[in-house]
Amino acid sequence: MNQASSPRNTRAFASLRYRKTRDRIVELVLLAAGLVAVFTTVAIVVILVYESSAFFEHVSIKEFLTDTMWTPLFADARYGILPLVSGTLTVTGVALLVAIPVGTLIAIYLSEFAAHRLREMVKPVLELLGAVPTVVFGYFALLMVTPQLQKIWPDLPGFNMLSAGLVIGLMIVPYVASIAEDAMRAVPRYMREGSYAMGATRLQTALRVVVPGAFSGIAAAYILGISRAVGETMVVAIAAGMMPNLTFNPTEPAATITAFIVQVSLGDLPHDSIGYQSIFAAGLVLMVMTLVLNVIGFFLTRRFREAY
Amino acid sequence: MAAAEQTTLEEIRRGLSWRKQLDKVFVAIGLALLFGCLAVLAILFFDLLRDGASRFGWDFFTNFPSRKAERAGILSAWVGTSLIMFVTALVALPVGVAAAIYLEEYAPKNWFTNIIEINVTNLAGVPSIVYGLLALGLFVYAFNFGQSVLSAGLTLALLILPIVIVATRESLRAVPKAIREAAYGLGATRWEVTKDHVLPYSTGGILTGLILGLSRAIGETAPIITIGALSFIAFLPPAPISGEFPFLNFEWLTSEFTAMPIQMFNWVSRPDQAFQANAAAAGAILLGMTLLMNAIAIWIRYRFRKKINW
Repeated sequence: MNQASSPRNTRAFASLRYRKTRDRIVELVLLAAGLVAVFTTVAIVVILVYESSAFFEHVSIKEFLTDTMWTPLFADARYGILPLVSGTLTVTGVALLVAIPVGTLIAIYLSEFAAHRLREMVKPVLELLGAVPTVVFGYFALLMVTPQLQKIWPDLPGFNMLSAGLVIGLMIVPYVASIAEDAMRAVPRYMREGSYAMGATRLQTALRVVVPGAFSGIAAAYILGISRAVGETMVVAIAAGMMPNLTFNPTEPAATITAFIVQVSLGDLPHDSIGYQSIFAAGLVLMVMTLVLNVIGFFLTRRFREAY
Repeated sequence: MAAAEQTTLEEIRRGLSWRKQLDKVFVAIGLALLFGCLAVLAILFFDLLRDGASRFGWDFFTNFPSRKAERAGILSAWVGTSLIMFVTALVALPVGVAAAIYLEEYAPKNWFTNIIEINVTNLAGVPSIVYGLLALGLFVYAFNFGQSVLSAGLTLALLILPIVIVATRESLRAVPKAIREAAYGLGATRWEVTKDHVLPYSTGGILTGLILGLSRAIGETAPIITIGALSFIAFLPPAPISGEFPFLNFEWLTSEFTAMPIQMFNWVSRPDQAFQANAAAAGAILLGMTLLMNAIAIWIRYRFRKKINW
């Protein structure tokens, strides 16, 4: 008797065929979910480019990049992105003055000095600092940090880039510290032991062996931190004032690219007005800035993961 | 000769003790900075509680926003936030988990998979306001969902998708190969292995990821301002459950809305001092919820780690 044609085997084969087909279908469904990520990226690019292209029909790229005034909502509209870029860069600069030293020192401490148990306890708590809603940080900057700063500089305006930048810096400390620490921990143990064997102390080992060894990862931490600061919105929208101002002086009020988008969104602009299109042009500039930073950061982290 | 050696030894000792001192100084600096950051978090929370103390009370939760600070409440805000979070979780969980399963269990190693992976990494770094612009162009105008709970929920779902995907992948990766091979050995298909063996072990990690994602979404302000959330809403979306047939309705999905962070932003940006107490109270609630969700996530991770012994 032929084995395969017995009723029992036929049933088993039919069931197997069914299960294999189901497996294929499930795989396609799962793939579709994975493609949502690709679709999102494509949609972001298409929408930003499509809506900005309408904007650039009215405004020449030369005007956009070289004019020193940004007043798209005024009767006498001017469309120079420079004041928004200068605001963004100034706030980011202030934030980095806080985040880079504090983040790096905390990373070195956690990776090279802290006891295992302390590290395991402190890291989740530190990450809570990065989980605080940004609108709460905005409140903090406007109503707690600025009044304190005004005690030192009495003529500091109520809205200024300094307090916004300081608070954003604090906000990205956990982020910078966490990536930098990962990079330092990826430095192999024998390099540290070699250094100890030469009579170096922990600090010397940390500064002269571990930090240079983890350099690309630490650089990635800084770059991803910059990208965070550039894209941060609510703190600047609340605490820095929303007036475009071509200056690099952090004690003045100014608007960033993100704050401008919020300002326009708060109003009720018709769908096809140039004001509406201008936020997509501003968003495109923001997207390009962060994308470049993220790509550099991506390759730098990949390098430190592969180096050892 | 002997004297010369003595001095060098003395010098080495002095140098060594100096270097060891530096070590201690560095430890002190590190600890100070670390606890300084943690102190800021504590100060922030207690300041919000103190400034908002006068506003905590039943009325604050059951009143609509008002022109008078002392009568304004967060009813429409917390209802809006709850509905948005519901939509976000409902979309982000299945899509995120499915994408993670695909990448971890199914995907062949090729350029196409690489593209998906790079996309996920890249999306995690896109500023949240850019998601707002995406939603404005895509959900609000192209799909015509309007400035609705649905648009906001979908936007935040896309925003936290990378968080859910990364967390799920990590917990899938933690399941040992031996478990999969034992199931394959008994003739299970790939989906059966995943569904019956791998997923149950990774539930803890997936839940942790979802809660962390939602704790991020709950405080996100910029993207939903961009969609066009209004800050003065004195009505509630239609209730999702009703007494009459068919008991469920979905009108709330297309309703206009406000949310906790939007309400807080509106109050912060008013020059009137009285509203700042409202902002502080709303901020304290928002921050409290974020911290609570993070604590739950940490607890779940801890529990599951303890329960599973490979």
